[in-house]
Amino acid sequence: MIAHSVFFYIFSLIAIISAVMVTVSKNTVHSVFFLILDFISISCLFIMIGAEFLGMIMLIVYVGAVAVLFLFVVMMLNVAEQKGQWFSSRWDGGTHIPVGLLVSLIIFFELIIVIGGWKYKPDLLNSLSINISTEVTNTRSIGNVLYTDYILLFQISGMILLVAMIGAIVLTYRERAGVKRQSYVKQISRERDEGVDLVEAEKNKGVKIDA
Amino acid sequence: MDSYFSILFTEVYKILFLLVPVLVSVAMIVWLDRRVWAFVQKRRGPNVVGPFGLFQSLADALKYIFKEIIIPASSNKLVFVLAPVVTMTLALISWAVIPFGEDFVLADINVGILYLFAVSSLGVYGIIMGGWASNSKYPFLGAIRSAAQMVSYEVSIGVIIINVLLCVGSLNLSDIVMAQQNLWFVIPLFPMFVIFFISALAETNRPPFDLPEAEAELVAGYQTEYSGMMYAMFWLGEYANILLMCAMGSVLFLGGWLSPIDIFPFNAIPGPFWLIFKILFLFILFALVKATVPRYRYDQLMKLGWKIFLPFSLFYVVLTSSFLLYFDLLPGK
Repeated sequence: MIAHSVFFYIFSLIAIISAVMVTVSKNTVHSVFFLILDFISISCLFIMIGAEFLGMIMLIVYVGAVAVLFLFVVMMLNVAEQKGQWFSSRWDGGTHIPVGLLVSLIIFFELIIVIGGWKYKPDLLNSLSINISTEVTNTRSIGNVLYTDYILLFQISGMILLVAMIGAIVLTYRERAGVKRQSYVKQISRERDEGVDLVEAEKNKGVKIDA
Repeated sequence: MDSYFSILFTEVYKILFLLVPVLVSVAMIVWLDRRVWAFVQKRRGPNVVGPFGLFQSLADALKYIFKEIIIPASSNKLVFVLAPVVTMTLALISWAVIPFGEDFVLADINVGILYLFAVSSLGVYGIIMGGWASNSKYPFLGAIRSAAQMVSYEVSIGVIIINVLLCVGSLNLSDIVMAQQNLWFVIPLFPMFVIFFISALAETNRPPFDLPEAEAELVAGYQTEYSGMMYAMFWLGEYANILLMCAMGSVLFLGGWLSPIDIFPFNAIPGPFWLIFKILFLFILFALVKATVPRYRYDQLMKLGWKIFLPFSLFYVVLTSSFLLYFDLLPGK
């Protein structure tokens, strides 16, 4: 048991320190790396309490996909150069500090309300409607709950994600003129007759191609 | 506490017993790769150091060890040094869950296949970190390309894994192998095997998908600024990943440690050897592809991943699950 708690404290310490470093570190790319470290240690904590499925999904989804996109965006946008401008009035006429303050105040009060109304159920395990057994793997038990009792919520959240995805594509899609696209069918079905074009060239005038 | 240390000691012993052969076989596999490549091109390949040139990789490793490690002045030092370490570590830790035989596995965890998938999806970080920390144009372009490529092909690998899991009903790798006792999944899921093989090529940045290190345009991609042992670690990690993908392919589709037919001369050969044969078979296919197929163009690569492989494997998920449902073959009831 001692080893277990030692590992627990190591992982939680790494998680907390890296969470702080995400906001503190000056280099934006470093912040993303710390965020990744945070995700990894959180998923280690999940695995330690026996929720191995959640831990692995956390690794695959957040670290394997979401954080890669974060890194991608941060590296491409060169955020470090714009950082100074975000807090000054030069960027687009106004500073972002009032809005940021407002949002963080709202979140702060929400947190206070939630934590203030928090009540621990005295006997949580016995009051659950689903019985937890150690025989069944937790992948199976999550599936049993998710696809039966909560199927509607599950489907709705999937739909919301789909709508968000389509919305993002629609918003950012723009048709660009003059883009040459390759068509395999066209290329393969090209015959000799249409590939070679014999032209009578007039003297001193030549032929205009690619008109 | 005392028992804890004794457990730790035996585990370390087991880990060494697994990792040393893996590292040696990585060195051997590099030699095999070069030999197959040379064979296709009617050359001799490395044949000087040792019998058949077998020790060529060891000679190369020795050369890398004695070379100077150059860290560019404008690079991000810590991340620059961490990148090859991350690549190498991630390539090695996934071997923990590969089953070499019945009860012959280091960590027989419930979510083995998810663990493999998660670790292989982390592999992209070594490349991004290396490319970004070098603070140089070519490595950065290589890293960005590689990130996009690996994320795209992971999606189709994930869907292919779902196909296999539908037939097994468990995420445990040993269960996946045992479910193939009567029929290897390569037969009912043959199209998925082909797509898995091609996606594995893309996932490990092998030719014809080696755009991250396309030498004609990007010098050497993300490893341009690396030298000496750090370059060798990238290189070892890459080959360990290739071996791992071959192992994953043989566990998922080719029946892992099982012999092809359960009759005398075949089932007398112990399981680990069958797994090694299958890994070698897949690896030789990898090498042959490298020797024969020209490099893809980047837009073709993305088109193949998102517009062909993903829809087709999603369609196959629907097909597999409806087949299993209709004939009442769904496992785990």
